[in-house]
Amino acid sequence: MNKPVKPEETGAILKVVGTRPIRPDGVEKVTGRAAYGADLHLPGMLIGKVKRSPHAHARIVSIDTRKALALPGVKAVMTSADMPDLAAEHYEAGESASNLKDLSANVMARGKVLYHGHAIAAVAATSNAIADQALDLIDIVYETLPHVIDVEEAMAPGAPILHDQLFTAGLGETPTKASNIATKHRLDRGDLAAGFASADVIIETRYSSAAVHQGYIEPHACVASYAADGQTQVWSSSQGHFVIRGLCAKLLKMRFSDVRVIPAEIGGGFGGKTTVYLEPLALVLSQKSGHPVKMVMTREEVFRATGPTSASVVTVKMGAKLDGTITAAQVDLKFQAGAFAGSPVGAAVMTSLACYDVANFEITGWDVVTNSPKVAAYRAPGAPNAALGVECAVDELAEKLGLDPMAIREKNAVRNGVRAPYGPIYKNIGYVETLEAIRSHPHMAIPLGPNQGRGIAAGFWFNIGGESTVNVSINEDGTAIVSTGSPDIGGSRASMAMMAAEVLGIGVEQVRPIVADTASIGFSTVTGGSRTTFATGMAVVQAAEKLVIDLKRRAAETWGVDLDQVVWQDGAAHCLQAGKAPKGALTLAALAGSAGKTGGPIATVVALNAQGAGPGFGVHVCDVEVDPETGHVTVLRYTAAQDVGKAIHPAYVEGQIQGGVAQGIGWALNEEYVFSTGGIMENAGFLDYRVPVASDLPMIDAIMVEVPNPAHPYGAKGVGEVPIVPPLAALAIAVRHATGVRMHDLPLSPSKIRAAIDANKAG
Amino acid sequence: MALVIADYADCRALTGGLRSFEVEAATVRDLLHQIEARFPGLGDLIDQRMAIAIDGTITQDAHGAALEPHSEVVLLPRIGGG
Repeated sequence: MNKPVKPEETGAILKVVGTRPIRPDGVEKVTGRAAYGADLHLPGMLIGKVKRSPHAHARIVSIDTRKALALPGVKAVMTSADMPDLAAEHYEAGESASNLKDLSANVMARGKVLYHGHAIAAVAATSNAIADQALDLIDIVYETLPHVIDVEEAMAPGAPILHDQLFTAGLGETPTKASNIATKHRLDRGDLAAGFASADVIIETRYSSAAVHQGYIEPHACVASYAADGQTQVWSSSQGHFVIRGLCAKLLKMRFSDVRVIPAEIGGGFGGKTTVYLEPLALVLSQKSGHPVKMVMTREEVFRATGPTSASVVTVKMGAKLDGTITAAQVDLKFQAGAFAGSPVGAAVMTSLACYDVANFEITGWDVVTNSPKVAAYRAPGAPNAALGVECAVDELAEKLGLDPMAIREKNAVRNGVRAPYGPIYKNIGYVETLEAIRSHPHMAIPLGPNQGRGIAAGFWFNIGGESTVNVSINEDGTAIVSTGSPDIGGSRASMAMMAAEVLGIGVEQVRPIVADTASIGFSTVTGGSRTTFATGMAVVQAAEKLVIDLKRRAAETWGVDLDQVVWQDGAAHCLQAGKAPKGALTLAALAGSAGKTGGPIATVVALNAQGAGPGFGVHVCDVEVDPETGHVTVLRYTAAQDVGKAIHPAYVEGQIQGGVAQGIGWALNEEYVFSTGGIMENAGFLDYRVPVASDLPMIDAIMVEVPNPAHPYGAKGVGEVPIVPPLAALAIAVRHATGVRMHDLPLSPSKIRAAIDANKAG
Repeated sequence: MALVIADYADCRALTGGLRSFEVEAATVRDLLHQIEARFPGLGDLIDQRMAIAIDGTITQDAHGAALEPHSEVVLLPRIGGG
């Protein structure tokens, strides 16, 4: 009883973990009091704005800022000349490395503009209107260049080259000619030719998906204030304020200790707010003007200049025996990186076959630069694109073999003890259980009507751990403060408070969770990679456990007994030795109230690099109805099962699953970057770039399959990314079975579906 | 001896095509030193760009992690997320 409960070890009943308390930040958000990135106002604050490229690809001949600077009310103008010209150094910014030279050239163009909307200058002025006027007064002379946006066109011989010094890596030898192909990735196992030779049936197919944006509701926003002594403060909405600090300091050659980043509330990120766009510019403008500077992107700027995810082309060749055993798979993934190298194709290579136990495979990935915004992470980066190709191929295979689509997945499913295609041997995974959850779900028994179809698809994501710091302190009245360095995007404050409350044996309402700034807590990497509940949660549990040990010591001293005569239960120390505690148990409040007599304040810090994040699997089934007259797709019902380890706060886990599915449905049916022939995005607004709204969606039934992760004190696995992996394929397969036509290019817009139906009829 | 599996092309380019090899090491830190000595560049590549799965558990930057005498060590690219 004197040890925090671990149900798998003790069988103890959890009192807080697994319940559904109201989120601690809920009232502020629903009453509009929560302070987001654009909500801060400081005395003397200026408005910063960005001049952006009107061309998709051009050489910058000259920039003349004199007229802008002379405009009354303009306090500073900057270009890349005001930023250090950095070498191509890789900086480990949290969960992934950033090439500082490329990042610097992305936040402010240097020598060339590489996409329409690329930042080329910025101003700080006393009003919005003056800032806008100043932007118009900046004279820029361009030498326009041919551009390329389509990933396969960018790979073709003779394509316009974006970077003269980019030579394809991964070919085995260093090329002598520059290319838009930054890297070739390769992963293989077994004997591919023998695998195909032993197959009874082989399919070859190709699927493409368009670039889509993460679509967070809050645009990028920040305020920077540069003091005369070089110490600065940045208020920023991001997924990781320590990464913002690190990137700003590196890009501007500042000391980390001189940059204090204070996290604002965040209105969505989904991976897209793990890097910098405005913060370094605001810092330079603040330094030059001597005033605080606020910068807020418009929605149009968000679309044109911040990372979407990659457009992709996936080709799959797959062979199987008549009983459905997959004998060989060959997957080729071409990913658009945008203006600088670094698409998520590496992760796509690793995840593409992660659900399948295939002895012989060859997976190739291509990271390709194009004249479009540099892509940024988006929930399970790369995995949805890969799953679109592979899951649709499996459906084609099942159809050709006359097999049930669930049966072929069950036949080839990875299990504990099977070597993952990406390397390690699986353990503690719940894929088979997740398949079973869908097979036995009532959804599968619902009959389908005319023009209706059902799609089944699976998906995988690794989940990660990483570095987190947590402070837990007990107030004088016995309530607790849990401070983390992890921005709360999906309800992590609630789960942190719950885990602390569970260990301390108090009610969750007695724990106040906060997100501390970079000067107030140790390093924590981004809230991303589905890591926070696992990694930061692990630190919270360890910190609370340390406090329980300290509290027991204090009680033992008070009673004059040995430490092993004290147990911690229900938020109080209990003495096992008769007659030593005449006043009964010492509650947390009692110990906190007399902390000065037992050694001083009750507080502790835990900093760790969490290892052992358990991979997650999801299986989705959706039913659609296609209007043959218009091609419009109605999603009738959707069920998503996922191995979540242990749900700390089940309502938020269900919310993560539902949110991922909703975004995946948008990706499948509606969303895409539409470019003009001049390389200009033509739908840079939510009217023309249509994300699903509530009225577009059915109730998404989220099924939590709990196969605990033994590396976490309560068994948690990451949950935020897996649910966006299967929907692209699930929708494409459902539409195929509703229409009889297999659609190969997302989004499945009404016009495309109608055209495909007509072409099919014409024969 | 820990068995190291190096399936990824980046690794094989530095191992002379070897997909697996054995290393005597008690910790990940020892492992990286041994690998760097045997295949120059590979230890640094792993340290800066790769993750290490030890007996099925993926780790990143866990230099102090212990290896058992017959541990299986899989080299794989670092994993991020969104």
